[in-house]
Amino acid sequence: MADLNIHRPMALQETPVILPGHDFETVTETISEVPLSRRFPLGWVGFLLVALAGAGMLQMALGYLVLKGIGIWGNNVPVGWAFDIINFVWWIGIGHAGTLISAILLLFKQQWRMSISRFAEAMTIFAVVCAAIFPVFHTGRPWLAAYWLFPYPNAMGLWPQFKSPLIWDVFAVSTYATVSVVFWYVGLIPDLATMRDRAVSKTKAVIYGVFALGWRGSARHWHRYEVATLILAGLSTPLVLSVHTVVSFDFAVSLIPGWHATIFPPYFVAGAIYSGFAMVLSLAIPVRRFYGMESLITMRHIDNMAKVMLATGLIVGYGYMMEAFFAWYSASPHERFMMWNRMFGPYGWSYWTLITINVVMVQLLWLKRVRTNTVLLFIMSIFVNIGMWLERFVIIVTSLNRDFLPSSWGMYYPTIWDFMTFFGTIGLFLTLFLLFLRFVPMISIFEVKTLLPQSKVKGDHHAH
Amino acid sequence: MHTEAPATPLHGVMAEYESGQALVEAARKTMAHGYRKVEAYTPVPIEELNDIIHKERTILPKLVLGGGLTGMATGFALQYWASVIEYPMNVGGRPQASWTAFIVPSYELTILFAALTAAIGMILLSGLPAPYHPVFNVERFSMASSDKFFLVIERGDAKFDRHSASEFLRTTGAKGVYDVVE
Repeated sequence: MADLNIHRPMALQETPVILPGHDFETVTETISEVPLSRRFPLGWVGFLLVALAGAGMLQMALGYLVLKGIGIWGNNVPVGWAFDIINFVWWIGIGHAGTLISAILLLFKQQWRMSISRFAEAMTIFAVVCAAIFPVFHTGRPWLAAYWLFPYPNAMGLWPQFKSPLIWDVFAVSTYATVSVVFWYVGLIPDLATMRDRAVSKTKAVIYGVFALGWRGSARHWHRYEVATLILAGLSTPLVLSVHTVVSFDFAVSLIPGWHATIFPPYFVAGAIYSGFAMVLSLAIPVRRFYGMESLITMRHIDNMAKVMLATGLIVGYGYMMEAFFAWYSASPHERFMMWNRMFGPYGWSYWTLITINVVMVQLLWLKRVRTNTVLLFIMSIFVNIGMWLERFVIIVTSLNRDFLPSSWGMYYPTIWDFMTFFGTIGLFLTLFLLFLRFVPMISIFEVKTLLPQSKVKGDHHAH
Repeated sequence: MHTEAPATPLHGVMAEYESGQALVEAARKTMAHGYRKVEAYTPVPIEELNDIIHKERTILPKLVLGGGLTGMATGFALQYWASVIEYPMNVGGRPQASWTAFIVPSYELTILFAALTAAIGMILLSGLPAPYHPVFNVERFSMASSDKFFLVIERGDAKFDRHSASEFLRTTGAKGVYDVVE
């Protein structure tokens, strides 16, 4: 990519993926000094305390839930599924950007992926952790739920219903969580070796050393490593697309108007990537600023992420349009009523807010001036996350609250416990993310180095 | 294990280079010189090195294929057994062996098994975890994960001789040559 820029006029040149002035040593130093430092910056401690308070709130909300039962939530009949599934889908969706960056962009040989893949993947794992909390605790007594979620020989002789999308979801999400952790850890091994070799304190050297598994970076190691990484990327790509597809099956396979739509799988996947990139931007913009990583996470990355957000946002907008079109074209009075209720019913405000954010506001990203304005982009990324949360709220609550029989209509109002659980997971997410920033190299050291001329080898008689 | 000192306590001789380019050129010369038990250590993956030194590709992709197929068979067999044999349940008179419904879990287990095979296979085939290796005895080797490139001629090589190997490595543009103690 960078080579092509030489032949372009100045105005068209893009910011490189790594700013000039870096060599192997400076890259290693810049990234590894954060986890190896003895200092705990005041800002980090402050943020951690706030995040921990959130995580504590989550613990309280879940503790009370286990004591009292799920009656403390606002879920009712007809809205039997509410915050628990809204937040589950929201968090799982956020995770998708990490896998897209680390796997799909790797297959497409996108170099700009390298300096954001590590923390985007960490974000994926933490988002999946938060997501899992909701369905698990919606079972009320999770320790009793195992027998109908996972196939294992139990004393009651019962087996899960494999024809149910909910069981598919258990398989999809648990595979996704496992593979994400594995992929992330494999990506970390060479960097953990770097940390081991650079650690001044014996304790740190031993801890990083244990996790580095004795990595030496030999030609044999790297050869297998590159093959394994490529395979893992190739496996994660269909996996990540399948996860949100299966999540959408939770709805699409049912017969509820507003859920029973063929557009759901691609529409959900696009929405997932859209919200995921928004979350990566919400994290990357402050992180690169506070940790002085502007030379590694450049405006090129920010700009590219905004472009992905625009592209997926447009797909999501198309999804909204098609939902409305299908409802009209179906000629089913229930489908048509559902759409009318969604737009002009008691929750109409949420629909129009979502349209304003995800269809109207996102158009600003056509402008390069917006895509390179980090403050504006940060604010927009927060709004996109709100918009995508509202999208799930709209899909779930407005489809359920007024179903086929007017006698069974009802309103849904979340309770304080719903909000505490939701904001609590944000606290848990930020806690995990802050710990990650402090103790793990947040950018892939060895991958960024491969962008530098030092690692380029001119092949003479060696042909590929 | 260490009841008697080995005949020669050397693992081999190590040379240090400034760049991947220098290392690749040195590796070519070393192989051309007739050394066979050679290993290169780099802070970044350099694709050429494996082709120059080891000339063989890993069997990992075949293992992963096996893992994936095992996962698929496991997933399908599990569902078939649970839904048709062990716990058949009549829901609306639909067939018990409705294989289309079994696709998703089978697919997920295919990926799960394949991915675990790829990761664990990569680690085990590389001889990891290995907390100790002689190369770590060289102080400069801690730079192998930062910005220096290393080449080792191992004692196991038929041509190995400490003196001549060191002398040879000096002619390959090495910035330093060290003994690697076993």
